[in-house]
Amino acid sequence: MTPPGGDKKWVGKPLRRKEDDRLVRGRGKFVDDYEMAGMRYLHFVRSPFGHARIRGIDASAAENLPGVEAVLTGAELAETVQPFMQIGPDPGAKLLDYPMAVGKVRYQGEPVAAVIAASRMVAEDAAELVEVDYEPLPAVIDAETALLDETLLHEEAGTNAIYGDRFEWGEVDRAFEEAATVVSIGRLHFHRFSSTPLENNGVVCRWEPDGKIYFVCNNSFPTFGIQFLAPALGVALEQIHVQTHDIGGSFGIKITNYPQMAVCALASRRVGGRPVKWVETRTEHLQGSGHGNERTYLDTRVALDADGVITAISSRHLDDCGAYLRYEPLGCVIWSQVVCATYRLRNLRIDFQQLVTNKCPTAPNRGYSRLQHLWFMERVLDICGHRLGIPADEMRLRNYVRPDEMPYTTPNGCVYDSGDYPAMLARAKELIGWDTWRAKQREAREAGRWVGIGIGTTLDSGTNNFGQSRILNRFLPFSGNSEAANIKIDIDGQIVVSLGSVPQGQGHETTTAQVVAEELGIHPDRVRVRTGFNTEWNTYTGHSGTYASQFAVTGLSAVHGAVGKLKKELARLAAFRLGCGEDQLSFEEGEEGPCLKGPGDASVNYWGLANLVNVNNAELPQELRELTLNCRYIYVPPFEVPDVEKKYGNLTLTYAAQLHVAVVEVDRRTCQARILDYAVVDDCGTVINPVVVEGQVHGAAAHGIGAALYETCAYDPEGNLMTSTFSDYCPITAINMPSLRCANMQTPSPFSFNGAKGMGEGGGAPLHALSAALQDALLSEGVIVGDSHNPPDAIFQTLRGMRPSPRVEVERRGA
Amino acid sequence: MADEIPRIEIEVEVNGRSYRREVEPRLLLVDFVRQELGLTGTHVGCESSYCGACTVLLNGASVKSCTMFAVQADGGRLETVEGLADGERLHPLQQAFSDCHGLQCGYCTPGLLMSARYLLSRNPDPDEEEIRKAIAGNLCRCTGYQNVIAAVRQAAATMRKEGAE
Repeated sequence: MTPPGGDKKWVGKPLRRKEDDRLVRGRGKFVDDYEMAGMRYLHFVRSPFGHARIRGIDASAAENLPGVEAVLTGAELAETVQPFMQIGPDPGAKLLDYPMAVGKVRYQGEPVAAVIAASRMVAEDAAELVEVDYEPLPAVIDAETALLDETLLHEEAGTNAIYGDRFEWGEVDRAFEEAATVVSIGRLHFHRFSSTPLENNGVVCRWEPDGKIYFVCNNSFPTFGIQFLAPALGVALEQIHVQTHDIGGSFGIKITNYPQMAVCALASRRVGGRPVKWVETRTEHLQGSGHGNERTYLDTRVALDADGVITAISSRHLDDCGAYLRYEPLGCVIWSQVVCATYRLRNLRIDFQQLVTNKCPTAPNRGYSRLQHLWFMERVLDICGHRLGIPADEMRLRNYVRPDEMPYTTPNGCVYDSGDYPAMLARAKELIGWDTWRAKQREAREAGRWVGIGIGTTLDSGTNNFGQSRILNRFLPFSGNSEAANIKIDIDGQIVVSLGSVPQGQGHETTTAQVVAEELGIHPDRVRVRTGFNTEWNTYTGHSGTYASQFAVTGLSAVHGAVGKLKKELARLAAFRLGCGEDQLSFEEGEEGPCLKGPGDASVNYWGLANLVNVNNAELPQELRELTLNCRYIYVPPFEVPDVEKKYGNLTLTYAAQLHVAVVEVDRRTCQARILDYAVVDDCGTVINPVVVEGQVHGAAAHGIGAALYETCAYDPEGNLMTSTFSDYCPITAINMPSLRCANMQTPSPFSFNGAKGMGEGGGAPLHALSAALQDALLSEGVIVGDSHNPPDAIFQTLRGMRPSPRVEVERRGA
Repeated sequence: MADEIPRIEIEVEVNGRSYRREVEPRLLLVDFVRQELGLTGTHVGCESSYCGACTVLLNGASVKSCTMFAVQADGGRLETVEGLADGERLHPLQQAFSDCHGLQCGYCTPGLLMSARYLLSRNPDPDEEEIRKAIAGNLCRCTGYQNVIAAVRQAAATMRKEGAE
């Protein structure tokens, strides 16, 4: 099959990245690399308790330390700022969320005071001198306990259950009445982890005397952050300027560093407008930045027909979002973008609640809210398959949405744009050598070894419709999506592109140059793409940012639109200059750079045209003087506001898919799971740069494998984070990351101009595939994998019955 | 207190150039390199020797500069990522990381390059397992390591061919 775009010169090609030269030379510019004259340094005093009342703070010793300029406390700060806006309805809307703790601390690592000093070391020294008098309170560290409301985190809300609603589509009761089999599944649990970007959060801020607030930071969704910051700080949005440059990874975690941005702004104002720098330590990051959402699934019932096709699911989901709602409760609806996963069932009833606990607030970590739901759906499928004696591959083939049904409208009105899941499964089986592994597995089992094979099918829904937030709160004035791009020909003829996205390693400078080069018939090296995000470029909308797997669609559509406008302007100018018709022109790479060629040998390069517009316009006829060669374009995807009553509508534009197959062996002595083989098939529609796509596939696989086997944010009953260093958190290393067999398939999206689908998040497929493979490995021991995190101690405890497998009951009806 | 700590004079050769500075005894080597010398290619990711973003070579051996004091490097010879390229010409490792897409955000890259350089200085033809072990102390959260390993192999081949260091 010829891949779409096979006739293209630059798009679809493995172009080396433009970003690389500076990064491999150590010349990237990250937040901590910024130094400014007169800069001061901020260090937080943080709570050692998970839950405590603050009786008082004595900062006098700290203030008296030479080099210390000020100590800000939460209480003092609360006098000058408004609590952050809340997205959700009551009772969550009643929460008072300030940038530092006021009156109470609600998670270990919560900032209670900030020291501003002449150096970072002095600030750290002084922070140790701040005396905080705490009255410890009982900590609530899991959703089920939180639900009891015996201890409240936010008294003003009156409950820990800050959001709850029923999501129901189809005819659930009827489907259960007509079912051939009903499977009941006990408690399942998706654990808490984080993608932990290697660069911690950081901010440099100066609040200038004229009222302007300048941020250099690594926030990855600044247009979201500033909409929270401006009202909290009591300033107009126009006063806030945000700039990013190189960012050392975010994976969504850095979306929620806006509270720290607020503190840095207030600190700068406090020290006379001098620049203030704050850079987090790793322990601060692990304790107090953002974790992925934890989810517990209770009372699950599954209806199946006589062929093992799932016809309905009813279940109760508790989402644990930590102590504050920094991006929440958006996760309470975002999972419904993939409500039926890759399967055909039409009837679902999910009672969804979100609870606050004495743990780090959550952030929209890679795969946010969808991977938790997709893991649940994959668990349901495999548990049912195992109990009904239907092999995992066969179970999927019976249940997959079929390629001839695409575009497929899900029970809640989402539209799966394209995809061929059976073909992906076949490709993955071929890649891993399915039959060979099944034979090896039989031999291994006969020899008493625990070897298992698992499949994980997942979706990476991209370009979301912000209208889904109204399903949570009908009064929210948000809907649709948009992204901006600007392309200009500078006075000297240089092509300059600025983006509204906030890349953190995704290679936007490169893929943008590929698209521009393709459309202008030139070499990508001719295209200068500005690094990072900057409000002062005016290249952003209220949706701009890098999140939710969307750049290939929103960002590149905006670039495409801007280039289209530019080409029209260039053609009008060239037609005038060459004295020919616009239809006689072609866009090419000429001997003197990018140019437009006319009849015969006539041509004019970009410098010649930019010269006319910028510094030589007396030569231009009146009708061409409106041209600027500075073209801004806003891409708006074709969304409508969802039906909030029925919770129905198209919530995302594209659905990339990944299918993983894992072969694992559990060591009988150590209970360590070892990956013996691993295959990945991804389909993100038309590929712009296969190298970039493959890199994202590898990275998402590493996060998922790390989370499934090693990484967890574990709390003790007092609310102490037990994994507050990398040595405890155990991010996946080169030693325990397996080699991946990868293949790419391309079913172009009919909804994007280029056929591409967003794909950066990956959908957490390793969590699904490894849970499945472990269950397959340990089935002889009666193990049903009910938790997404399976390190050796957990497997040991499961085998010894100390961590019971979820109860599964199968009820067969009639003949 | 902070202003009373006596400073210690140290002399360090960094990327072939000699520097003499007075530093606080508690100043970390990474902060010396970044703040005193302005060589910000060396990064900090964990302050605990786990992630390797701060890896530099001291007297030819890789060290985690976040858990060493600058005074411990006194009289030593330091190599950082900034010393790898020969002017505009990238070091074979730098070239290979780019060719193989062995980097995404680039934050871990300087440390990985220095660990790989140390490996290749001892073993010009490492196999995959040897590469994995050599970079086990360098975290990368973007690439999943697969392309990093490919890059080190490519660089090793190039360097063997060129007889480069």
